[in-house]
Amino acid sequence: MAGATSLHAGGDVAARFENRAATREPAWFKWMLIAVSLTFFALFLLMPLIAVFVEALRKGWDTYLAALIEPDAVSAIKLTLIAAVIAVPLNLTFGVAAAWAITKFNFRGKHLLITLIDLPFSVSPVVAGLIYVLVFGAQGWFGPWLQGHDVKIIFAVPGIVLATIFVTFPFIARELIPLMQAQGKEEEEAAVVLGANGWQTFWYVTLPNIKWGLMYGVILCNARAMGEFGAVSVVSGHIRGLTNTMPLHVEILYNEYQFAAAFAVASLLALLALVTLAVKTWVEYQATKAKDVTE
Amino acid sequence: MSIQVQNIHKAFGDFVALGDVSLDFPTGELVALLGPSGCGKTTLLRIIAGLESADGGRVLLDGEDASDTHVRERHVGFVFQHYALFRHMSVFDNVAFGLRMKPRSQRPSEKAIRTKVHDLLKLVQLDWLADRFPAQLSGGQRQRIALARALAVEPRVLLLDEPFGALDAKVRKELRRWLRRLHDELHITSIFVTHDQEEALEVADRVVLMDHGKVEQIGTPEEVYRHPATPFVYGFLGAVNHFSGHVDGQSVRVGDEVLRHAAPDLKHGDEVIAFARPHELDIVTDLAGTDGVPARVARVLSFGVTARVELDGLNGATGQHFEVELTRERVEALALQEGQTVRLHPQRLRVFAR
Repeated sequence: MAGATSLHAGGDVAARFENRAATREPAWFKWMLIAVSLTFFALFLLMPLIAVFVEALRKGWDTYLAALIEPDAVSAIKLTLIAAVIAVPLNLTFGVAAAWAITKFNFRGKHLLITLIDLPFSVSPVVAGLIYVLVFGAQGWFGPWLQGHDVKIIFAVPGIVLATIFVTFPFIARELIPLMQAQGKEEEEAAVVLGANGWQTFWYVTLPNIKWGLMYGVILCNARAMGEFGAVSVVSGHIRGLTNTMPLHVEILYNEYQFAAAFAVASLLALLALVTLAVKTWVEYQATKAKDVTE
Repeated sequence: MSIQVQNIHKAFGDFVALGDVSLDFPTGELVALLGPSGCGKTTLLRIIAGLESADGGRVLLDGEDASDTHVRERHVGFVFQHYALFRHMSVFDNVAFGLRMKPRSQRPSEKAIRTKVHDLLKLVQLDWLADRFPAQLSGGQRQRIALARALAVEPRVLLLDEPFGALDAKVRKELRRWLRRLHDELHITSIFVTHDQEEALEVADRVVLMDHGKVEQIGTPEEVYRHPATPFVYGFLGAVNHFSGHVDGQSVRVGDEVLRHAAPDLKHGDEVIAFARPHELDIVTDLAGTDGVPARVARVLSFGVTARVELDGLNGATGQHFEVELTRERVEALALQEGQTVRLHPQRLRVFAR
């Protein structure tokens, strides 16, 4: 699992370099590097995180809770969850299908597909949102038809879901493709020769081999789905209680100088990030453990 | 069960992997597909298994055309070079896999599966490893488990793709003997692919030699070794010395030199290539006459049971290298010096028209 384990794999090498006089760097160099990275970490990562919680709780616990159970906030939380609950399974299906197609089959347009999978990463989220407005908006390609059939996509929940799907498109496929490429297709061939059908091969052979990579992709996909701002902001229309997701709600509150409430909702997002990190670390740990058994 | 392939053709882009190959594999035999890498032997094996499709031609299993039969309906056992064991499953689960994947109506009970798997693990002498994971096994053990897994579904034929290719020399030799014994017990029609001529000659009932997508010769190990049909087969089945020249009456003329030999089927003046194995050449220190090819001694290696002499060709054979195998007594009697010029006399020569 290229992405999931690389961060933790360096320990042995580092110790070996450190213990040998021939490869050891001077002490001042080592401590300077450590100081620079720790300072940077404290200033740009840790401090803002602490600031979020400090600001959120500045006016006391009651204000904090009130900001979270206020109807507009609750509706924003709900909408965020809905978007994630729809987008993540869809991208899970698509990601596995795309990774499977790319790594196990040869077909025309394969390179194009690999390139297109990365498109959401390379294009600005605002542009992504705008594309949906141009396609589905009132003046867009399908706008009149949609209006005629009384279907609302832009400035409504479907638009938000679509934008979220677009932005979180690559996470799972990107995680699986290198993993499945490295594993090759011999085990699948062995399964088929032994009489397994396509579904059995996937369920009993392919899936167990990719499950930790898949989990990792799902976690990242989910984190992004809940935190997405740019694309969703364009298609949402910022209608309170209707089309506001949590990040959009934070912005509105902040613009209205309700700092405590803004930070309260933001603290939920920060908590989500912390939980994501914890789960991610756990998955990485499990993946390393599974790797020790299987390799 | 017998296997026949008829006029199989397969190309990858411009590269012709198999050009119109037709072969018969009789029931119960262990056949080796032998050839250098890229000769098409693995492709042929995969086509028989159904893992690859041919551009033209037919595969007949037990006399029935199986060309359009799906891999899983062909009932073949396939053993991969790199084992392809399911790494997340225990040895037991690996072997049981084929049985558990059967449709419910044909699937044996879990108890029957357990008995069967343990029988197979005993057959490959690894019953004590049932709970281990593939990563905890040595290469030789993994390959035996892979074989047990292939046998679990009672395949009609067994196909092995370079089964010992990834193992070290000692384990290879052991497994070779073991595979032969196993085949004598089971008598299942088997084809194995290898690029190791020693392995093929030692294990197989019959050897199919392939080069550039074509079959060069088919025969028992004895036949192909004693009577190679083509220069390729001669060269592939052991160390060789070769001489190019033309037929001159009862001999082959290489430049000004003459190699005696009897080749009734070749006409005077034909361009030929002549082969001799290292042990079929003798070294003569008497330089008079034109009998034999002159060469300069480069190295004398006399550490084994026999001694090997490496030589560089002179005159008509300049730029060529020769290898001669002699008894140690003979080498001591000759008292060869490095740099000394000698003549090479073939005692036996195999001549092919060019």
